Amino acid sequence: MTGTATVLVTGASGMLGRAVAQRLVDDGWDVRTLQRRPSGVDGARDRLGSITDQADVERAVDGATHVLHLAAKVDIVGPPEQYRQVNVEGTRTLLAAARTADVARFVQVSSPSVAHVGGSLVGVGAGPAQPELARGPYARTKAAAEVLALAADEPGFRVLAVRPHVVWGPGDTQLVGRIVDRARAGRLPLLGSAAPLIDTTYVDNAVDALAAALVADESSFGEAYVVTNGEPRPVAELLEAICTAGGAPVPTRHVPARLARGLGGVLDEVWARLPLRGEPPLTRFVAEQLSTAHWFDQRRTRAALGWSPRVSLDEGIARLAAHTRVHARG
Amino acid sequence: MTIALASASLAPSGLPGLDPAWSRVVRTPVGAWHVLDNQAVLTTTSDDAPVGTLLCVHGNPTWSYLFRSLVAAGTRAQRPWRVVAVDQLGMGYSERTGRMHTLGDRVAELAVLTEALGVTGPVVTVGHDWGGSISLGWAVDHPDLLAGVVLLNTAVHQPEGSELPAALRPAVARPLRHGATVSTTAFLDTTLALAHPRLPRDVRSAYRAPYRVAARRAAIGDFVADIPIDDEHVSHAELERIAEGVRDVGVPALLAWGARDPVFSDRYLRDLRERLPHADVHRYPDAGHLVIEDHDVAAGVMSWLDEHFGPASGVPSASPEPPVTDTVDQPCRPLGATLVERAEDDGAALVELRGETTRTVSWRLLARRTEQLARGLASIGVRPGDRVAVLVPPGADLTAVLYACLRLGAVVVVADAGLGVRALSRAVRAADPVAVVGIERALMAARAMRWAPTLVAAGPLHRRTRSALGVRATLVELAELGEQAGERSELVWPSPDADAAVLFTSGSTGPAKGVVYTHRGLAAMRDAVATTYGIAADRPFVAAFAPFALLGPALGATSVSPDMDVTAPRTLTAGALAAAVRAVDGSVVFASPAALGGVLATADALTPDERSALAGVRTLLSAGAPVPTGLLVAVHELLPAASLHTPYGMTEMLPVTDVDLDEVLAAGDGPGVCVGRPVAGARVAISALDAEGEANGLPSTEPGVVGEVLVGGAHLKDRYDGLWFTHAASVRDVGWHRTGDVGRLDDAGRLWVEGRLAHVVRTDRGVVTPVLPERLVDALPHVVRSAVVGVGPAGTQQLVVVVEPDERRKPGLADATTVAAVRAVLAPLGVPVAAVLVVPELPTDLRHNSKIDRTALAAWAQDVLG
Repeated sequence: MTGTATVLVTGASGMLGRAVAQRLVDDGWDVRTLQRRPSGVDGARDRLGSITDQADVERAVDGATHVLHLAAKVDIVGPPEQYRQVNVEGTRTLLAAARTADVARFVQVSSPSVAHVGGSLVGVGAGPAQPELARGPYARTKAAAEVLALAADEPGFRVLAVRPHVVWGPGDTQLVGRIVDRARAGRLPLLGSAAPLIDTTYVDNAVDALAAALVADESSFGEAYVVTNGEPRPVAELLEAICTAGGAPVPTRHVPARLARGLGGVLDEVWARLPLRGEPPLTRFVAEQLSTAHWFDQRRTRAALGWSPRVSLDEGIARLAAHTRVHARG
Repeated sequence: MTIALASASLAPSGLPGLDPAWSRVVRTPVGAWHVLDNQAVLTTTSDDAPVGTLLCVHGNPTWSYLFRSLVAAGTRAQRPWRVVAVDQLGMGYSERTGRMHTLGDRVAELAVLTEALGVTGPVVTVGHDWGGSISLGWAVDHPDLLAGVVLLNTAVHQPEGSELPAALRPAVARPLRHGATVSTTAFLDTTLALAHPRLPRDVRSAYRAPYRVAARRAAIGDFVADIPIDDEHVSHAELERIAEGVRDVGVPALLAWGARDPVFSDRYLRDLRERLPHADVHRYPDAGHLVIEDHDVAAGVMSWLDEHFGPASGVPSASPEPPVTDTVDQPCRPLGATLVERAEDDGAALVELRGETTRTVSWRLLARRTEQLARGLASIGVRPGDRVAVLVPPGADLTAVLYACLRLGAVVVVADAGLGVRALSRAVRAADPVAVVGIERALMAARAMRWAPTLVAAGPLHRRTRSALGVRATLVELAELGEQAGERSELVWPSPDADAAVLFTSGSTGPAKGVVYTHRGLAAMRDAVATTYGIAADRPFVAAFAPFALLGPALGATSVSPDMDVTAPRTLTAGALAAAVRAVDGSVVFASPAALGGVLATADALTPDERSALAGVRTLLSAGAPVPTGLLVAVHELLPAASLHTPYGMTEMLPVTDVDLDEVLAAGDGPGVCVGRPVAGARVAISALDAEGEANGLPSTEPGVVGEVLVGGAHLKDRYDGLWFTHAASVRDVGWHRTGDVGRLDDAGRLWVEGRLAHVVRTDRGVVTPVLPERLVDALPHVVRSAVVGVGPAGTQQLVVVVEPDERRKPGLADATTVAAVRAVLAPLGVPVAAVLVVPELPTDLRHNSKIDRTALAAWAQDVLG
């Protein structure tokens, strides 16, 4: 990459953000980051601050030619207003600042859940974001953010949305961490038959896809693309592989899927109304995610981004296991 | 009673499948009409002028809504058609005129409407139900505009001596009529219930929409009252005029017919075929009165229009290899010619071994018997071109009857009793024979299910059975009748291009289809077999596979049938085979794989003499089902001097290729099953699969290209019987038949078959054909057999392997060990395996218990993994 290209990566303290920022540095980009905590990325300049603070945002984006926007509130519970502040207003602020700063390309990191209104997803394309119909505050606010971002796409300020599906890898606290913790605590039941096919994305592949999106063909902009490994597996098999690789016992207890979804819904309500700490043991969103098929048609994505996954699911699992062994010794 | 008169109106919006832009009202002196007309849409969406106009006329009690799929198809066709679908006056959203419209009125009114619409030629009329007669009335009156006629379940004539269809009688009977048709919706409801499968609720509702109140239904009752139940009826003369006029229209005709119609049953189809002998016919065995709702008739009609009115009509499409014509003006020696020539020969034609006894039929006897039966059939009214269903077990009687039909020019209809009685009945009824020759059991079914008016018994019957079944004659009596008729009844060889036989497919890959062969086609099949397997006059062969026994008289070779139950091939013992070989000093053996299984199982009991007899066999041909290589290797021990052949072919063409065991072993493992090279007179090409897995490639013989297997040659079928759309799709490449198999040619010109096109898994990394991966998985420990299926949309399907393990397991996800083993063995495919499932037993088709029902399995897998 030529020295003139400067990219702002927001949310570079998370697993994916840190990895992609590091990759861009290694590729020769001039990388700066925006988040509250130090990113830990060698060779990047951290601009510590909040995505909801206009001044922080304007300072961070000034002089950048590209923006890769990952910062988001990604929890599965919490007051809806917090999600809106970070995910919707944060994106709005960043878009405005980026346009003012003459940024040429803006990649919005979104989620397949923005288009998911329930039911199985079997080999489907990206589909339009559904801010009103998506499931849960995270998905709804991310949907609204994606709509905002793509609406801002115009000649001279090109916007593209990438929706990585269930990103995981060594050091991941969001998915792998939760699964392994719950399995260790004996709180990871299999929902229903646990046979539905779920596609996921190994972190390195997501990193590649985001890096590719920044330099994608002009004609690919203005649209959203789902990114996955393209290797769906039955839920039970995935959970088993992740638990084994993470050094946790393999789940064996089955809970009827409908019961789990119902229970998740009740717990969502309870956690929303009562000042309980942490996460409910199960949310409706998670119950749905784990009891219905979720996999996608990747042909359009691969053609548009000029990208394809390099690390297979099995290779990713092997790397996760190696990581677990190293850290267990340490 | 007051009659609420209502003028015409547009169709309401929101009716499923109906574009409101088609709906228009046309005012004429005879009344105001509602019509569907895509003209306005066409001028805005298409640069091309329409080829012509489809004038669609509904019957009672439907409306133009019936033709919505045709309006849509005509609009979006590459070469579009203007489609005008009318609502008859008093019906649908046309004006309630308050007067009765007779058939003559309606024909005249339609002419007024087409004038007002400015309909110009060429016009193809489309009629359904009583709209059929009206549309044909228009057709007869407009010869200058008429280019074709399409008819869906209709009638123009009440066949002689037959009653009105029982289903209609309550509606026509005067005391009941008003109640059934006008004051209640009974007639409407009954008609809508005739759809197979049931119509969706919103579609039923759309059909009812213009007929919500009794006053709007008056014309339904009038329409029924206008059915000419006798020749006194006011519309009788007009119907007769139309029925006779149809004979002279001389334009292309298409009959698309639902066979499960209680009103317009097959006898009306027969009547129309007789009036329009050149008509193309597509009869759907499982569709009913509302045939256009039950199947995609619109797509079929568009393909028919392309065939007759398209740019390529009659002109071969561009192809890298010029289409080969296999049959032009070549002399054709009839299948029965040899038999006639050897009428003075006392040598053995057929030898049947039964225990200790040997029955020998000489050429002289067989020839004489065949001539007698041919004349006998003629004397009971069977004419050349008539169809005769033959349901007789293999043996001398079957041989004589078949050659008698061929001699006479009657078309033999042959369906395997193994189809089961339901499918057999379906098949025979579709072929519509004039006579059935059968054993007692077959005749009982024939009478009960009304297969044909004339029954002939293959053997003697008890007097009472005979009279109960109404059997016309036995074969012995038929021969006597023929003998009496003698030389007075001259037999003329049929034209080589006349139909000779209708053979039914096995039905394991869908409903059994009738395959029509001409005399030329059968002769070419004989020649292909003779050349490929070295059969010649005076080279006797053993026919342990019944169909080949029938070829003996055509080849001029003595055929010997070993002692076995031909309906249970596994009953063939090694000793019986040896006895048959010794009886005629036979060096060629035909046997099904099952029969070979029986031989192997009893080989230990062979005496040294018997072993040495078998050692004299030079050629073995095994056909009838897939032949496992292991079976042939074992057979080789018993027949050490024989080359062991397996042909590849199908009911539509047999044989296509041939391969022997040595070549199979030399070819080694490949992407599928090596079936060898084309036999004499056969051609093979591949139609490459595109990215979506559709076989759209032009015929090619380039090695390594994976695609649908295309076959051609003089012994290819003439057509499918009464399945015009199916036939047209199968021969869309001129000179080639699409087999539905998928495979590739190798550098040595050998064909490898890799499964069925319908079972190919279409992933985003390319297509996966099932045979190779299944073979790899089947070889794993604890796997009895396996099936590879795809889940998800074509082009991005996921590969799923379903395993039947050697220990009974609950259906669901396979255990981790099995999953790992399957993934490992399939890793070279380069396509990830999404899931491995187990089932206690893979579903197979009833008929062969060998072909796995992958379609059902894929649906199940989709459900489990969804």
